[in-house]
Amino acid sequence: MAKLSIVEAVKDALDCEMERDSSVVVLGEDVGLNGGVFRATDGLFAKYGDRRVIDTPLSESGIVGVSIAMAVQGLKPVAEIQFDGFTYPAMDQLFSHAARLRNRTRGRYTCPLVVRFPYGGGIRALEHHNESPETYFVHTPGLKVVIPSNPYDTKGLLIASIRDPDPVVFMEPKRIYRSFRDEVPENAYVVEIGKAKVVREGTDITLISWGAMVRECLKAADDAAVQGVKVEVIDVRTLSPCDYDAIFASVQKTGRCIVVHEAPRTLGFGAEICARVQEKLLLYLKAPVLRVTGYDTPFPYFKLENEYLPGPDKIKKAMAQVMKF
Amino acid sequence: MQKDIASFRVKYVQILDEKGNVDKKLEPELSDQELRDLYRWMVIERVFDNTALALQREGRIGTYAQSLGEEAVHVGSVFAASDDDWIFPDYREHVAFLMRKVPVKNLLLHWGGSEEGMDLPERSNIFPVCIPVGTQTLHGAGTAIAFKLKKKKFCSLTFVGDASTSTGDFNEGLNFAGTFMAPAVFIIRNNQWAISVPRVCDKPDWGGCQSRAQTLAQKAIAFGFDGVQVDGNDVLAVYSVVKEALEKARKGKGPTLVECFSYRLPPHTTADDPTRYRDPEIVKAWLKKEPLARFKLYLQKKKLWDEKFESAVQAEAKRMVDQGVKEAEDFKPKPTDMFDFVYEKLTPNLSEQRKEWLS
Ligand SMILES: Cc1ncc(C[n+]2csc(CCOP(=O)(O)OP(=O)(O)O)c2C)c(N)n1
Ligand SMILES: [Mg+2]
Repeated sequence: MAKLSIVEAVKDALDCEMERDSSVVVLGEDVGLNGGVFRATDGLFAKYGDRRVIDTPLSESGIVGVSIAMAVQGLKPVAEIQFDGFTYPAMDQLFSHAARLRNRTRGRYTCPLVVRFPYGGGIRALEHHNESPETYFVHTPGLKVVIPSNPYDTKGLLIASIRDPDPVVFMEPKRIYRSFRDEVPENAYVVEIGKAKVVREGTDITLISWGAMVRECLKAADDAAVQGVKVEVIDVRTLSPCDYDAIFASVQKTGRCIVVHEAPRTLGFGAEICARVQEKLLLYLKAPVLRVTGYDTPFPYFKLENEYLPGPDKIKKAMAQVMKF
Repeated sequence: MQKDIASFRVKYVQILDEKGNVDKKLEPELSDQELRDLYRWMVIERVFDNTALALQREGRIGTYAQSLGEEAVHVGSVFAASDDDWIFPDYREHVAFLMRKVPVKNLLLHWGGSEEGMDLPERSNIFPVCIPVGTQTLHGAGTAIAFKLKKKKFCSLTFVGDASTSTGDFNEGLNFAGTFMAPAVFIIRNNQWAISVPRVCDKPDWGGCQSRAQTLAQKAIAFGFDGVQVDGNDVLAVYSVVKEALEKARKGKGPTLVECFSYRLPPHTTADDPTRYRDPEIVKAWLKKEPLARFKLYLQKKKLWDEKFESAVQAEAKRMVDQGVKEAEDFKPKPTDMFDFVYEKLTPNLSEQRKEWLS
């Protein structure tokens, strides 16, 4: 087993699948010789050549639209969008076509493509390089949305996404691309789409999160443990489809639930989780379900990004609130 | 029956060659003061650029996009415009802001991660830095259409990179401008690279490049107006062609696309490593064609440049930039500004979140 970072796990997953299945192609801006601006496709161009690792013209709508059609023709495109904020020009192709082609043709045409991109703040980046747009995709029927938080899941979930028969939006937490390494098996393996993971067990509070925020929750949970509060942390891993059973099982046990995400609060995915939890578990709840999130503002330029981003302090405040309710 | 029903030409304009020789027939009528001003602004941009790069290396600002080698494109075009014409930059035309009296401080605040940097002085008539490439083309077109509706004799001047011409918005912007005969001039800064993707397609049967069109200027033809290619390292050519395009636009004769042919000497941004994808020898060859050296030779021949002038210009640029650095570094952003500028009036929702932040 090798020790890989998240971004290395992305590359490893692509490599495994490209080797196994000649219909897998990678395309995007600067993914070839340059290996992607985060080096997520580093070395693939040398290994697989320009017909399978394709530098495209600068057009996100183009990348996704062309990928849809390539997928219909039996290829397995893995499209890279360079940054979260540049998925916006591709929304029309994703929403109007990728998400609906199966339904519109009653299953005659399908487009099993993967659109992957780095997302989220915390790296002192320029404007439009810090977005957490998961809600838009989750809100669009027909798309699956996957967000790993560690290298092992990254590889297994990306391979599962490539093999999935439906379009998958695969969001990579760039803030922790290189923050730590995990043991990652060399062979291809799959982490099932639609399964959350309990990453820390506890009986007092359930913290629910995804992407880079999972680590912030774990830090807050460690601090709480010192005060004797036992916190369970759930990494949702796939937002669509979402594993509500795992969430319900935990909240039924703890009776307290906090959702943590970087995206703005209003209609963030936390809102959906809160709604589901109270629909199902009202009488088990010992406190209101809370959210610790980004604010309903544009993501600020980097001087203020730490004021905007949720972190252990804000999470601990919410935990204190549910404990004393 | 068959016959040719359309044909087109694309002009290339160079006035100053690499050795500073001038094409007398095309030499623009500019006063000595104006010629020296062109030089001054190019020096100011270069001094700003070097300073910003140094600040980035010391972690005092964030990721930065250098303008080195493109000064003639930026200075020549903005110099040709009147102060009432509106400018739509992307992220590399630093001097365009300075020429519109935006203080150095603002640029450094912007690149240093504070929104205050793009709180632009009144009547600077320039849009903020635009990062989603190509999108500003529609703003250039729309501004020109608005000027036309309001019967104003103003134009818009929009800058895009060569790779940005591949976006939908670029093409839509040109089409709007063309259909409405809008007083818009579009400048392509063709520095021949996206990040690592070259402008030109060198494989006969596959992509990996930006466009198979012979020139980018000819894209205008498809939208019903003229495209011109100029030597982007020749400030006189850029100035003259843009000036003419603006005059044409002001007379109601519609838009023009000006492709400035240059080369990106530095990395794409400070986050980029060009040794991964391009040959440093080619960069060296282009360095010899850079715009300042050539214009200096021209001024020298006209007896408008000497060491004394040079040191005065350098000193002025340094003063201006150093003062900007100091002012920018004294600035502390106010966290509550995060909430206070989203709408004209704070909404109840944001007011609550603002309180939450303060508690
Ligand atoms: C819509 C969009 N997609 C991707 C990017 C990321 N990106 C920033 S600059 C750039 C290359 C732009 O090349 P070009 O238009 O030639 O301008 P240059 O940087 O060379 O001046 C890319 C891909 C972006 N800013 N906007
Ligand atoms: Mg370019």
